Amino acid sequence: MPTYEELLQEAQSRLLELEGGGKPWIRVGAAVCGEAAGASETLEAIRAELDRRGIDANVSIVGCLGLCYAEPLVDVQKPGGARVFYRNVTPDKAAELVESCVAGDDLRPDMALAYTGRITLDGIPRLDDLPVWNRQVRIALRNCGHIDPLDIYQYIAQGGYAALDKAVNQMQPEDVLKEVQDSGLRGRGGAAFPTGTKWGFLARSPGPVKYILCNCEEGDPGAYNDKGILESDPHSLIEGTILAGYATGSSNGVVFIRHGHEGPIHRTERAIEQAYELGLLGDNILGSDFSFHVEVSLTGESYVAGEETALMESVEGNRAMPRARPPFPAQSGVWGLPSNINNIKSLAYVSEIVSRGGEWFAGIGTEGSKGTAILCLSGNIALPGMVEVPMGMTIREVIDEVVGGVPDGRKAKFLQTGGPLGGVLPADLLDVQLDFAAMAQAGAILGSGGIIVADDRACAVNMTRVLVAFCQYESCGKCFPCRLGMTNLIEIVERICHFESRPGDLELMRVVGQNMAAGSLCGHGQLGWNPVQSAIRYFQEDFTAHMEEGRCPTGQCLSPVFTPQRTRSRWTSAQPLELRF
Amino acid sequence: MASGDSLRERIDGALAGQSARTVTVLSSLLAIEDELGYIPPPAIEQVARHTGSTINDVWGVASFYTNFRFTPPGEHVVELCWGPTCHLLGAQQIIQAALQALGLSEEGDTSDGKISLKYNTCLGACSQGPVISVDHKVVGPQSLGITGGDAMSEHVAELVSRLRNGSS
Ligand SMILES: Cc1cc2nc3c(=O)[nH]c(=O)nc-3n(C[C@H](O)[C@H](O)[C@H](O)COP(=O)(O)O)c2cc1C
Ligand code: SF4
Repeated sequence: MPTYEELLQEAQSRLLELEGGGKPWIRVGAAVCGEAAGASETLEAIRAELDRRGIDANVSIVGCLGLCYAEPLVDVQKPGGARVFYRNVTPDKAAELVESCVAGDDLRPDMALAYTGRITLDGIPRLDDLPVWNRQVRIALRNCGHIDPLDIYQYIAQGGYAALDKAVNQMQPEDVLKEVQDSGLRGRGGAAFPTGTKWGFLARSPGPVKYILCNCEEGDPGAYNDKGILESDPHSLIEGTILAGYATGSSNGVVFIRHGHEGPIHRTERAIEQAYELGLLGDNILGSDFSFHVEVSLTGESYVAGEETALMESVEGNRAMPRARPPFPAQSGVWGLPSNINNIKSLAYVSEIVSRGGEWFAGIGTEGSKGTAILCLSGNIALPGMVEVPMGMTIREVIDEVVGGVPDGRKAKFLQTGGPLGGVLPADLLDVQLDFAAMAQAGAILGSGGIIVADDRACAVNMTRVLVAFCQYESCGKCFPCRLGMTNLIEIVERICHFESRPGDLELMRVVGQNMAAGSLCGHGQLGWNPVQSAIRYFQEDFTAHMEEGRCPTGQCLSPVFTPQRTRSRWTSAQPLELRF
Repeated sequence: MASGDSLRERIDGALAGQSARTVTVLSSLLAIEDELGYIPPPAIEQVARHTGSTINDVWGVASFYTNFRFTPPGEHVVELCWGPTCHLLGAQQIIQAALQALGLSEEGDTSDGKISLKYNTCLGACSQGPVISVDHKVVGPQSLGITGGDAMSEHVAELVSRLRNGSS
């Protein structure tokens, strides 16, 4: 097997060939956001036009740069020239782009978004000067949108797997663990538990077979950053996972992805194959005596499968229903063996932490929340996309200064953060910092990083209905406070939406919610009351309008809402459900 | 529809050829769904035999995950996102338009077996919302050359009608 130096040399010469080999290099953003915008058709149209003109060019796909509003995003780099990004290159514009920028020498500032490179161009801004880019600190997303996720050499050429080489050949497992502990990294999957501490538990568990489970269930609507990383830069996750394995003395890794998301699944599988081919996975990694194996495990549609103990059940092929703890996963996890569950984003940081040192990472962010926040912004927002900004920035800065604010001259009314269980955050609290504690104090969670912006046309009661319908639909049903509590909540919220609430409904929901929080086995039931609680707390007037005045201030509740059968309440039936305590 | 024997053979083929390194009840069911688009009754027993578990175990898993269905899907599968982002951007109008165009009152199959309509909690392309997926390909307004939920409703209604009439 090659040494790391040999791999790096090979990677650099391949990159040199791509950049300076005399051919134009065209890259098309093809993560799911690009695909939804028509990237495959654009790619096809570009290839067809190149063929028609007999132009020999390198055409690659890349993942998501995060500027999803500009998808399909295509960039062109000619030998010795700048790399120019073109926005919204729909298939019908592909031929024009090839004609002007590839065949000809017109850089088409009218179609361009930005450029990077050493030379200076007129009429096109530098990528680093775009407001959406210049406040970002890209660590986990460092390669996203720049490299071909199907080509391991492009990852290596950016310094990929150097941290692994350094770790297995120059560092002791304890040293790697210490860097991660020193970095102050806290898990990005929702619970914000210190990653180094968690690894420490596993490191102390007896081997030889121990598991690192990488959680890409990502069922939170509004978040797609885990899938985004796997689609755009799968090796950053693979390298982080191997490092986690080395630090904790583990033998196996499992990347857990929801079935049906073909992009992340296919690219992760391919990345694993390539890592095996080059001796970066398997026995005696990079000539050391460390061995580690990684496989992909798919789960069916189930939100709760993302909960760590349910995830282990799913990996074993069972229903994704949480287990009682203790025993904790570090003692008895998947297949009864010691295990650690980490979010994709948490692991994607690790190789940079090992390369640059924990102290460097701890220098970014706030006292209690180190590093960056990887956010997915969607909804009523000018520039929807995926950004990575330092912790400590306020949400208002992100919304107004990074992603362009709320469009059409409207005002933000509320945000829905951290997935359905996170509830809603009113616009007047937007000055809260991106910080786990500060967010919690405001009654919200940063969670997985999804931020959904709703403008003043949205009704808080209507949004609550959708969130509660989601939570009810996804309750795994194992414990009754959650299973029945969610059903009660959706019934009551639905009758409020229909202006048919009964006296005491708010109080009734509070009682149900408190029982859920106290008596549920996992976070789903424990937090399931959050969306209702936060909406009542911050949007009392919306509830009053529905409950006492029989009107919906925005009119949203007058339109029918279609949700799956399971979430439909029975309150309209002849004998409405009575709740007694 | 495939005859009994060839159906069993296809299931056996899917079970033997599955890409998962660790074969479980769930991985086996997913492999069958990938092959056939649904879990036919004989598959439950075949999975039980293949994985050394019981019919009860297999049925328990199959009935838990919402992606499994037990009758053949329509020729085209259309999924409509109802997650919060798409909701804010007009998902409910899109769902209503699609249902109306197909003469359905809720998610399900058209009587001619052409279209299976399914609600989805999140298709993972929130930045492109409101999105739907057609035969597992995610489609947003940008790819249809339109902006906004209203135009999207009309387009989706037309799209599902066209799919149903066979001229995709
Ligand atoms: C209902 C529920 C769903 C969850 N879904 C996810 C998920 O999709 N992805 C994830 O990383 N963590 C999810 N979590 C959190 C995990 O249980 C776990 O805390 C996390 O994966 C640990 O990784 P981290 O320490 O890197 O954050 C979920 C938790 C609950 C209660
Ligand atoms: S709290 Fe809800 S999701 Fe969690 S185990 Fe209980 S029923 Fe299942």
